[in-house]
Amino acid sequence: MSSSSPPVGAASAAISASEKVDGFTRKSVRKAQRQKRSQGSSQFRSQGSQAELHPLPQLKDATSNEQQELFCQKLQQCCILFDFMDSVSDLKSKEIKRATLNELVEYVSTNRGVIVESAYSDIVKMISANIFRTLPPSDNPDFDPEEDEPTLEASWPHIQLVYEFFLRFLESPDFQPSIAKRYIDQKFVQQLLELFDSEDPRERDFLKTVLHRIYGKFLGLRAFIRKQINNIFLRFIYETEHFNGVAELLEILGSIINGFALPLKAEHKQFLMKVLIPMHTAKGLALFHAQLAYCVVQFLEKDTTLTEPVIRGLLKFWPKTCSQKEVMFLGEIEEILDVIEPTQFKKIEEPLFKQISKCVSSSHFQVAERALYFWNNEYILSLIEENIDKILPIMFGSLYKISKEHWNPTIVALVYNVLKTLMEMNGKLFDDLTSSYKAERQREKKKELEREELWKKLEELKLKKALEKQNSAYNMHSILSNTSDE
Amino acid sequence: MAGAAGPGTGPGAAGGDGDDSLYPIAVLIDELRNEDVQLRLNSIKKLSTIALALGVERTRTELLPFLTDTIYDEDEVLLALAEQLGNFTGLVGGPDFAHCLLPPLESLATVEETVVRDKAVESLRQISQEHTPVALEAHFVPLVKRLASGDWFTSRTSACGLFSVCYPRASNAVKAEIRQHFRSLCSDDTPMVRRAAASKLGEFAKVLELDSVKSEIVPLFTNLASDEQDSVRLLAVEACVSIAQLLSQEDLEALVMPTLRQAAEDKSWRVRYMVADKFSELQKAVGPKITLNDLIPAFQNLLKDCEAEVRAAAAHKVKELCENLPAEGRETIIMNQILPFIKELVSDTNQHVKSALASVIMGLSTILGKENTIEHLLPLFLAQLKDECPEVRLNIISNLDCVNEVIGIRQLSQSLLPAIVELAEDAKWRVRLAIIEYMPLLAGQLGMEFFDEKLNSLCMAWLVDHVYAIREAATNNLMKLVQKFGTEWAQNTIVPKVLVMANDPNYLHRMTTLFCINVLSEACGQEITTKQMLPIVLKMAGDQVANVRFNVAKSLQKIGPILDTDALQEEVKPVLQKLGQDEDMDVKYFAQEAISVLALA
Repeated sequence: MSSSSPPVGAASAAISASEKVDGFTRKSVRKAQRQKRSQGSSQFRSQGSQAELHPLPQLKDATSNEQQELFCQKLQQCCILFDFMDSVSDLKSKEIKRATLNELVEYVSTNRGVIVESAYSDIVKMISANIFRTLPPSDNPDFDPEEDEPTLEASWPHIQLVYEFFLRFLESPDFQPSIAKRYIDQKFVQQLLELFDSEDPRERDFLKTVLHRIYGKFLGLRAFIRKQINNIFLRFIYETEHFNGVAELLEILGSIINGFALPLKAEHKQFLMKVLIPMHTAKGLALFHAQLAYCVVQFLEKDTTLTEPVIRGLLKFWPKTCSQKEVMFLGEIEEILDVIEPTQFKKIEEPLFKQISKCVSSSHFQVAERALYFWNNEYILSLIEENIDKILPIMFGSLYKISKEHWNPTIVALVYNVLKTLMEMNGKLFDDLTSSYKAERQREKKKELEREELWKKLEELKLKKALEKQNSAYNMHSILSNTSDE
Repeated sequence: MAGAAGPGTGPGAAGGDGDDSLYPIAVLIDELRNEDVQLRLNSIKKLSTIALALGVERTRTELLPFLTDTIYDEDEVLLALAEQLGNFTGLVGGPDFAHCLLPPLESLATVEETVVRDKAVESLRQISQEHTPVALEAHFVPLVKRLASGDWFTSRTSACGLFSVCYPRASNAVKAEIRQHFRSLCSDDTPMVRRAAASKLGEFAKVLELDSVKSEIVPLFTNLASDEQDSVRLLAVEACVSIAQLLSQEDLEALVMPTLRQAAEDKSWRVRYMVADKFSELQKAVGPKITLNDLIPAFQNLLKDCEAEVRAAAAHKVKELCENLPAEGRETIIMNQILPFIKELVSDTNQHVKSALASVIMGLSTILGKENTIEHLLPLFLAQLKDECPEVRLNIISNLDCVNEVIGIRQLSQSLLPAIVELAEDAKWRVRLAIIEYMPLLAGQLGMEFFDEKLNSLCMAWLVDHVYAIREAATNNLMKLVQKFGTEWAQNTIVPKVLVMANDPNYLHRMTTLFCINVLSEACGQEITTKQMLPIVLKMAGDQVANVRFNVAKSLQKIGPILDTDALQEEVKPVLQKLGQDEDMDVKYFAQEAISVLALA
C-alpha cells in the first residue's frame, strides 16, 4: 500500500536533494516561503482566461418578477473562479463576485420564498463550482498541526462567502430536502468529505456545520455518510496516517452516536471496535483525542456491555513509548470509569489494573501522576474499595516499589497517600502483602532464571535435531532434486 | 505481575528430565501466555527452534493448531509470527505439507494492522510456490477465494496480492474463477480494496493470457483509472506500465492510450504527479512512436504544471526521457520540444523544481554533444550556478563530471569558482559539508595548478572551521587530495600548513593538526611521517591541555605501524611511557592502550 500515498512521497522526492544539505533549515526555509504566500487551490485550470465580470443590478431593486431570473444569473456569475495566487489580476471582477456573494447570502437569509424549486440546481452548481477542488499538496511534507501554522486557502475571500451562503441555504425554513436530494447526492457528499482534509481550519469549521446539517436533513444519505467517514478513518489509520479533518469528523460523529437508537446495530458496534479503537494508535492522536474519547464514552453510555471490549481494545493499543499519549489514554480510561457499571468493572478490573500498576511506576512523572490521580476520583475509589481483594494484590508491588525508589518526590508523596487509602480499605490484606513482598520478588527472580535455563535447553535440543537432520541431509537432497526435475 | 502464574505445565515442572520431547511445546505455551509482550515476542521469534525440536509431525499436529487458535495477540507478535511461517515449509515436512501452514496465515491475512497483513500475504506468496499444482487447487485457491469474499475489507485487500501467484498453475476452470474474483474486487465498494486491486493489476495482467488481458484487464484498468477517488486512479498509472508492455502497438493505441492521456491531464495533481514519476517506465513501455506522438506533449504539460510537486517530479525525469529517445532525431526533438521548457524551469519560482532540474540537467550534455552544450546548456548551468538556493548550486557542482567529459570543466571554471567560494562560506554548515565532499572531484577535474591557485586556501580554511563536522570532513578531504596529487605535492603544499597549526593558541586547532596527521601519514608514507610529522606529534605530548595529550597518544598509536623500529623504540616509546604516567586519567588510558597495541611494553 506504500504507493498509495504520493502526497508525502511527492514532496520528499522534490526535496531529496536538499535533504542531504540541511535537514534542519529546510523547515525554516519553507516557513519563510509560506509566510509570503498562502496556498492556492490546486485547480487544474482549463478555464482559460475568463471573461471580465460585469455588475448586475441589485436584487433588491428588481421587481419580484425579475428577481428570480436575476438570482439565477447571479448564481451563474458566481460560478466563475479567480486566481487568488495572483493578487493583482482581475481585481475588479473579484470585487464584483465578492459583492454578489454577499448579496446572495443576504438575499436567502432575509427573504422568504426565494428558494424555489427551479433555483436548486443553480444553487448547488454554484456551490460545487467554488468549493469542490483537488486540495493542493501540502507546502510542508512534515506538517505538524500542533506546531506549524496551517496553510490558509488563498481564495478564502470568496470561498468563505460561498460556505456562508451554503449554510443559509441549508438552514432556510424554505429549504426542502426532498427537492435538494436530487442535487445533494452521494457524489456531492463524497466530494464534501474529501474537503475535510483542507489544511485551513476555517474551512473545516464550515464543513463541519455543513455536513452536520446535511446529515440532519437528508435521512437517505445518513448511512452513506457514515460509511464514507468510516473509509476516511480507515485510510487515515492504515494507509496515509494523514487527514486534517479527523477532529471535525469525530465531532460530528459524537452527536450522531448520541442519536443512535437502541439496541445498537452491529454496524455501529463494528465502527466502534474496528475504527474508533484502532484510531488510538494514530501518531497525531493529540489533535483529536478529546473528540475521540467523547465518541467512545457516548457509545458506552448507550450500551454498557461494550465496556469490556473497549477497555481491552485500549489496553491492546496502549502506548509503549509515547508518554504524552499514555497520559491521554489514562484520561480516557478515567472518563470511561466515570460511567462504568460495577458489574462491567468486575470484568475488566484485572487487566486494567495491571496496566494502571505499570503506569503508576512509570519513570515519566506525568504518566505516574495521571494514573495516581485516579485515587482522587470518588467513584473510582468506591469501585476499588468494592473490589479491594482483587485490586490490592495487583497494585501493591508497584506502589511499594515506587514508594521506595521513584525519583520524583511528588510521585512518592502521592503513592504514600494511595498506599494509605488502600491500607484503610483492607488492613489485613495489606499486612499480608507487605510481609510476603520480599518472597514474591525472589520468586519472580527465580522464575526469570528458570526461563533462561529453559531456552538454553531448547537450543541444545535444536542443535541435536539439526545434527540428526544433517546426517540425513544427503538423502533429502537427492529426493528433492528428483522431484524438481519432473 | 504477581498473579501471572502460567497455566498448563509450569516451566519448573517441565524442567525435569522426563520426556524431552514434551518440553518445547510446554515452554512455548507458557511463554506465549506471558504477561510481558517482549517475552511473547521472543518465543515467537524462536518458533523455528521449537518446531525443529518438536519434529515435523508434532509441529503439524500440535504447534500449528495451537498457533492458529492463539491469534489474538499484539500486532508486533503477529508480525513476527507471519514472518516465521513463511519459512516454515521445511519444518512441517516439506512441500507436501506446505498447506498445513495456510490456516494460521489465513487468519493473519485478515487482521487490521497493515504490516501484519502484508507480511502474511508475503509469506503466503512464498508458500504458494512450494505447493504442488494439486495442493494449490485443493488448498491454496480455496483460501484465496475465501479471503476475496470476506466480510471485512482486510481479507479482501489481502486476497488482491494472492491472485497472481496461484493463477499460472491453476487449471482453466479455476483460472476463470480467479479472474472473476479479481474482477469483483476491482469494483469493490470499499476504496481500500479497490486501491489494493489497482496496485496488483499490473502484476496480475502479466500472468494472464493475452486475450484475457485485452478482454478483461483493460476494462478494469479503464474503470480504475476513472475511479472517483484519486488515490485509486493514481495506482492505475502504475498498472499502465505493466499492461502496456503486454500489448501490441495497435492495441496499445486503441485500448490504453486514451486512458493514459486522460491521466496526464487528471484534475488531481496526485495522478499527474504519478504520471511524471513513472514517466521513464511509461516511455519504455509504450515504445518510441507513441512516445513522440503522445508522451512528449504530455511531458511538456507536466513540466509547466500548476503544481510545483508535479513540475519537480517531471524535472527529475528530463535526462532519462532524453536518453531513452531513439538516437535518430533525438537531438532535434530535445532541442525543439524539450529544451524550451527546461529553460523556463531554470527560473522557476519553486526551489525544489530548480533543484530537481539541477540534479539531472548536466546529464544532457553527453546526449547533445559539445556544440549544443556550449551554446544552449552552458548558459543554463551558469544561471543555476548563480541560483539563490544553495541546493541548486550544489546539485550542479555535484554533477560536474558529466560536463567534464563533453566540454571540459574549464568552460565553467570562471563561474564555478565564485559559486564554490560562496558555498564554502555558506552560513549553514551542512552546505559547507556538502561542498567539501566534492573537492576531490573538483581537484581532479580542474588540475593541480588551478587548485593550488584558487581552492587550496579554502581547503585549509575549513580546517579551522568552528564546526567539528567541517574540520573532520576537511581532514578527510586532505587525505583524498593527497591521494590525487601525490606525496610531493603534500609535502610542499599541505604538510607545512598543517604542522604550523600545532602552535595555534586554540587547542581545537592543535588537535586538528593531530587528526590531519592521523589520516595523512598513511598517504604520505614513512619518510615524511618520520621526518616531518613525528617530531611535531612528540612535541605536542607536552601540551598543557589534556585532550591534546591523549590525542597525541592516539596519533602515535595510529602512525606507529608506519614508523620504523628505531623511531618507535627511541622516540615514541619514551614519550608514551611518560604519558602513561600522566596525571589525567584519559591520557594515561590512551597512552597505555597505544603501548600495548604497538607492543612497546
